[in-house]
Amino acid sequence: MNDAIIQPPTIEYALLSPMLLVFGAAIVGVLVEAFAPRYLRKSIHMPLTLLALVGAFLMTVLNAVNGLPDAPAAMGSVAVDGPSLFIWGIILVLALVSTLLINDEEQFVAQAAAVPGSPDEEEAILSGYAQTEVYPLLLFSVGGMLLFASANDLLIMFVGLEVMSLPLYLLCGLARRRRLLSQEASVKYFLLGAFSSAFFLYGMALIYGYAGSVDLRAISASLSAVSGQETLLLIGTAMLGIGLLFKIGAAPFQAWKPDVYQGAPTAVTALMASTVLVAAFGAVLRVFWVALGGLEWNWKPVMWGVAILTMIVGAILAITQTEIKRMLAYSSIAHAGFLLTGIVAVGAAEQNAQALSAILFYLAAYGFTTVGAFAVVTMVRDAGGEAGHLSRWAGLGKRSPVLAGIFAFFLLAFAGIPLTSGFFGKYAVFSAAVAGDALPLVVVGVVSSAIAAFFYVRVIVLMFFSEPAADGPSIAAPTVGTSAVVALAAAATVVLGIFPQPVLDLADQAASALFIR
Amino acid sequence: MPWLSTLMAVPVLGAVGVSLVKSDKLAKQLALAVSLVVLALTVVLAVRFQPASETRFQFAEVYDWIPRFGVHYGVGVDGIALVLIALSAVLVPIVILASWHDADGPGGDARLGEASPKLVATPPKRSVKTYFALLLVLEAMMIGVFAATDVFLFYVFFEAMLIPMYFMIGSYGGAQRSYAAVKFLLYSLFGGLLMLVAVIALYVVAGKNTFMFPELIAAVQDPTTQKWLFAGFFIAFAVKAPLWPFHTWLPDAAAQAPAGAAVLLVGVLDKVGTYGMLRFCLELFPEASKFFTPLVIVLAVVGIVYGAIVAIGQTDMKRLIAYTSISHFGFIALGVFAMTTNAGAGATLYMVNHGFSTGALFLIAGFLIYRRGSSRIADYGGVQKVAPLLAGTFLIAGLSGLSLPGLSTFVSEFMVLLGTYQRYPVPAIIATSGVVLAAVYILWMYQRMMTGAPKEPAYAVPGSPGEAAHVLPGAPKEPVSSEEPVEPVASKKPALSLPDLNLREIFVVAPLVAVLLVLGFYPKPVLDVINPAVDKTLSSINLEQPKPAVADQKGAGQ
Repeated sequence: MNDAIIQPPTIEYALLSPMLLVFGAAIVGVLVEAFAPRYLRKSIHMPLTLLALVGAFLMTVLNAVNGLPDAPAAMGSVAVDGPSLFIWGIILVLALVSTLLINDEEQFVAQAAAVPGSPDEEEAILSGYAQTEVYPLLLFSVGGMLLFASANDLLIMFVGLEVMSLPLYLLCGLARRRRLLSQEASVKYFLLGAFSSAFFLYGMALIYGYAGSVDLRAISASLSAVSGQETLLLIGTAMLGIGLLFKIGAAPFQAWKPDVYQGAPTAVTALMASTVLVAAFGAVLRVFWVALGGLEWNWKPVMWGVAILTMIVGAILAITQTEIKRMLAYSSIAHAGFLLTGIVAVGAAEQNAQALSAILFYLAAYGFTTVGAFAVVTMVRDAGGEAGHLSRWAGLGKRSPVLAGIFAFFLLAFAGIPLTSGFFGKYAVFSAAVAGDALPLVVVGVVSSAIAAFFYVRVIVLMFFSEPAADGPSIAAPTVGTSAVVALAAAATVVLGIFPQPVLDLADQAASALFIR
Repeated sequence: MPWLSTLMAVPVLGAVGVSLVKSDKLAKQLALAVSLVVLALTVVLAVRFQPASETRFQFAEVYDWIPRFGVHYGVGVDGIALVLIALSAVLVPIVILASWHDADGPGGDARLGEASPKLVATPPKRSVKTYFALLLVLEAMMIGVFAATDVFLFYVFFEAMLIPMYFMIGSYGGAQRSYAAVKFLLYSLFGGLLMLVAVIALYVVAGKNTFMFPELIAAVQDPTTQKWLFAGFFIAFAVKAPLWPFHTWLPDAAAQAPAGAAVLLVGVLDKVGTYGMLRFCLELFPEASKFFTPLVIVLAVVGIVYGAIVAIGQTDMKRLIAYTSISHFGFIALGVFAMTTNAGAGATLYMVNHGFSTGALFLIAGFLIYRRGSSRIADYGGVQKVAPLLAGTFLIAGLSGLSLPGLSTFVSEFMVLLGTYQRYPVPAIIATSGVVLAAVYILWMYQRMMTGAPKEPAYAVPGSPGEAAHVLPGAPKEPVSSEEPVEPVASKKPALSLPDLNLREIFVVAPLVAVLLVLGFYPKPVLDVINPAVDKTLSSINLEQPKPAVADQKGAGQ
């Protein structure tokens, strides 16, 4: 017995460096919170966060340039493959962009612990407190996303899920204005999120019972090897699915999205709406294509139903919304439905590569437009903070034509009008779905696109064709960061709408080898 | 030289220029200059075009755009596309000149402003530069949509051109403008999205990894698939054209759009629908086209009669003109689906002629509305006494609308009916009733508006343009009997309350009238361009052409 030498696990540090860098910076951020004087914190956090994200992005690029490994890293628990690197790239860039939005003191509460409306709160505001913990929380969350999207092991995936979500629950409750709404959003998100995590965990346990492993590759192998335990497998699959679909906000698990998007500080909403969706789709792909690919015939019909329901619910409920952030939340639900049509388009290897590349492109296109749209939302303010109610946006096109024009452009991109990035995203996903024999799904997709166009267009009507209200909201003089975000998002939406080929090539390359197992 | 790309690039650059210049006046002049440059380029293009050439698409340019999807930037023109591009290029400068003061708000045209009290529902002052920049962007897209030889590129233009038109209606239109703009956009978008499904499916089913139109001709063999794909394309085009029963958006959009935009909407944008049927439906899905022909012919004939009858009952000039167009689009669709050379060439010529004739009607109606601020027919009377030029040109435009021999629309309508009769006699006979009804709606409108005793505006409040500007055309007005014109206006300047055409407006109307007359007497040059292209189109359908019962009828109308 004494000759058994414990083999130290091999860790491919270079491959994992983006994640390690982000987590490292997050821990440094915690130390800064602990030791740096209050007045210095923000000026340390901001460059630290930006540097960490830029550095991680560069490392991701370096990894991609160096060629992809053919086996998962870290003893088979993290798969740094083409799709992972592409998704990491999107997440890091979008997080970087969102950080620029977060760097706006108007967004965040002075002291989260102070009861809303209490003398404590006033005092905190007067003495200029700021919750600078936002930055390390953001980094932890981004690190969690990277892990979530690339986990090759259900247990690691769960860790990623929690590391991603817990900081977000907190961030949601930090809005400076309408704090009760914000706190309600936070609690709601936390409770429902915890509930869905429990589903995920339970599903994982059942699958472990079936396959004897939490490793995605081993689960996939066991599908053809183990027989007689289908009940465990199917219930486990359903529960895993619920946990994951909750995170992407697919119907019927979409109820949290509007409340949380509305209550959270808009900068955090921008982060959630873009990056969480990307990371969660990475995880969905991995679970359903890699681990449960052999079970396709069982989950496909359900996924069809979910996709149809999600598109329709998102599009129809959005029509009745009167709050801009809630409307964008429902729009995000509808877009999750469009993306799910790509997930369903699974088939032969070549078809899979096409569908995967389409999903990756869609995520990139949608992420930028979303961040841009929420950045514009942060700029339209009245006395009580952001002017959320749609009626307050009337006549914005007269007060500030440029901003309203850019926002209209983002909305047209959401609606999928040609010559915007949204069109090619939709086109890519739909053409993959048609090739994958999901034509009815595509028909539902275009019908709900047409419905969705109605409420995007309604906002344009309000902004451009209505007379401005006498006491309408003012446009806050944007910070350099916010203007940069809007400009970048608009540029990405234009460029991806006119010359999508380079990014499509990139997505194709990332998708060509599919997932490593 | 990349002629077609230049033709598109010039208006786009012009639009950028227009939106950058400081003064409104300069913006207008620049827009006009740019559109004239485009017209000049189009003339050069038309001269260099060789109708008899074997190459089907001339001035072709093909570059890879998105190799991943097999999409090319592919442009090129045959005779059909060329005449429609020429139509757009001629109409745009005219529209710019006609819309000179449309965005200026009340009292924009000083000469007219002095003469007539502004009672008007002209929309309030809006950004002039944006209006003209949108016009130029729209022109580039109109050229692009006709020039595209790549199905995907066509789709991109087909959808993208909705956006400038949407803003033109929504920002510069009449009282119900936002409703009309949204209805227009959603109808077109819905049709377009169905077409998107068909476009994707066409690509997947054909399996050629390309969207280039020549390679996709009849590439789908399976009859059932062809029918579905045909349906996807056809519904989009039928909404766009619009055919009955997809037409309900057009009267709203055309009535609310500013006159200039209405001209381009009905005159050119809607032609994309009929052009699409001729170019894409027939050639991509020949078997399905034959299968659906009876249905389409029924829709077309119903549209002809229905549009004409409803037009008779209209009380609003612009709505009336819009309904006449629905009737005329029925003729065009009939000609396209009759699938004879006569009918096909007639339909193509009809697209051009209808653009000019409806354009003239809308623009003159727009001048009337600018003067009096109402588009209700009942608010006018005896115009020919006070403004003979206005009334006279209106009559000519109207007569071209009812296809009077000697005016260009007669030629095309005759060719369509003749060509249809060769294959489908009964529908052709029923469709002929549309010609009779046309005489009713046009002449009755003329009679009510232009003849009789001059009528003063019923709700004039001179000297308070601001107050009057809020009177909406659709809003109830105080009933004033026509026997007793409202005193203040009548006593002030009775004869001048409706001034005649000014010089700018004469320059707008004159070329249109000239084109209507010239093409009415001598359509040969245009037909020479159209005929070979239509022959080529129909040759891919493999349908035997009916033998004329009498000697060569090709020269009909020449």
